[in-house]
Amino acid sequence: MTPVLETRGLCKSFGALTVADNIQFRLDAGARHALIGPNGAGKTTFVNMLTGRLVPSSGRVLLGGEDITRLGQAARVKRGIGRTFQINTLFRNMSVLDNVALGVAERHGTSGRLWRPARIYERVRKEAHDLLVMLGLEDDAGGRVGDLPYGKQRLVEIAIALGLQPRVLLLDEPAAGVPSSELERILRVLDALPKDIAILIIDHDMDLVFRFAQRITVLVQGGVLVEGTPAEIAGNRRVHEVYLGEQRHA
Amino acid sequence: MQAVGYGADPRIRWTEWLPWLAAVAVFFLLPEYLPLGARILVFILFALSLDLILGYAGVITLGHSAFFGLGAYVAGILAAKFGITDPLLLLAAAALAAGVLGITTGAVILRTHGLTQLMLTLAIAAVCFEIANKATPITGGADGLSGIKIDPIFGAFRFDMFGRTAYVYCLITLFCGWWLVRRIIYSPFGATLTGIRENEVRMHAIGVPVYLRLVIAYTVSAMIAGVAGALLTQTNQFVGLNVLGFEPSGELLVMLILGGVGRLYGAFVGPLVYMIAQDQLAKQFPEYWYLGIGLILVAVVMFARGGILGILDGLIARFRRPQ
Repeated sequence: MTPVLETRGLCKSFGALTVADNIQFRLDAGARHALIGPNGAGKTTFVNMLTGRLVPSSGRVLLGGEDITRLGQAARVKRGIGRTFQINTLFRNMSVLDNVALGVAERHGTSGRLWRPARIYERVRKEAHDLLVMLGLEDDAGGRVGDLPYGKQRLVEIAIALGLQPRVLLLDEPAAGVPSSELERILRVLDALPKDIAILIIDHDMDLVFRFAQRITVLVQGGVLVEGTPAEIAGNRRVHEVYLGEQRHA
Repeated sequence: MQAVGYGADPRIRWTEWLPWLAAVAVFFLLPEYLPLGARILVFILFALSLDLILGYAGVITLGHSAFFGLGAYVAGILAAKFGITDPLLLLAAAALAAGVLGITTGAVILRTHGLTQLMLTLAIAAVCFEIANKATPITGGADGLSGIKIDPIFGAFRFDMFGRTAYVYCLITLFCGWWLVRRIIYSPFGATLTGIRENEVRMHAIGVPVYLRLVIAYTVSAMIAGVAGALLTQTNQFVGLNVLGFEPSGELLVMLILGGVGRLYGAFVGPLVYMIAQDQLAKQFPEYWYLGIGLILVAVVMFARGGILGILDGLIARFRRPQ
């Protein structure tokens, strides 16, 4: 079976600093895959190469077998790669509904229309609203995103990406900075995400990763150290040395 | 800044008719102020064009006078040198010329960000200024361009010495410009502009062709600024170098900040307050009037970041809260 998303020999260096070193990676359809690694392992660089924010120095990125290495961000979104951000990247002064509607409208191809009022695009509004209902945010639809509690802002992060109806969803530390009282809600949302979306979650919260993922890739110093099931990773001595051990001492 | 988007009711609220009622009232009640009034209307249109690109799309520019000045000179040169004197035709020519300059310069500057972008806008305005300054045979250089004759509008309404025709003409043109800008900001396109202002990184991540959208907005804004410039030429029947360069760009920015950025009606309030203050202060203190403007601006920036309309919003919110 062709993987949904695949990288072959992906490298990225900034001068003498190598931040991605020959990364071979595959994400299968409907996967629940996690990418873990200590700080500075190159996780975010890797994600940025998948989404087109960064151009790799060498290697290829394939989406459903198609080479997308040279495509820009917008073109990749149209082909089905959606992402969220580790640090909230929202439209703070816009309403919660608008935050989601912008992406939905872009997918519908109506976001460049500049004559009729946005409000009459019922399908965009309905779809955005349905997503908010799915994430339990419907009561906040009209409110300003910047006024929401942090945990709900993290949910809007996810809602925006879901509005793109991605085949592949990259979640960059979806629960980063969320207080424990709101954590359970985010975990439930993650569990309930549509099964047909292949999800890659980038995180170093082990509880979250081991609860969510069916496969785990460990990235260390820009390269893949090991890949396996959660049980294999938990039992791997080298992972313990470079990563889990480090966590225990921290 | 307010955001209009998918939830915003696009119908015109009664408060939005107030500026137009006030403008009509001025026509009947203050006939001696019509020439100043026409000038204010021109600058409102100019400020409106800046609000579209600065207030909504978040592109900071110190070069918007390039489009205003180009529109003013195109209308002036066509009338004085080529005998094209139909006012509406001149407006169209100015819009077209400013649009061409907008799309070509926009294509370059909108690839950059931050200070680089700001400096580029300034450079473009400075280049336009120098061209107008040096091309004396066509532009009149530092002496300005006179001998501009404009036909009666629709062959029926002659520009009179009391400025009545000019005032009504500017008012109607401004109304059209306002209606256009308002439609745009309530549209899905307008929502994407606000999104770009709010978070350009995320706009890329949801697949929006950010650069293309900005170039379109910049071009539309340039065209409106060009029409405003042409209006000034037609009502003054003169063009001088003061329509170009850093000074009018900076002044425009001050007017918009004074009124309130990204609020549509800040573009109405700012030029009105600025130019009346200028008119009054220049009479009282001919040498120091800029000081008065400066103090007003300092007060607004320190105590009212949303401009005069921001203060009004704050007051309205305070009155409503006790209910």
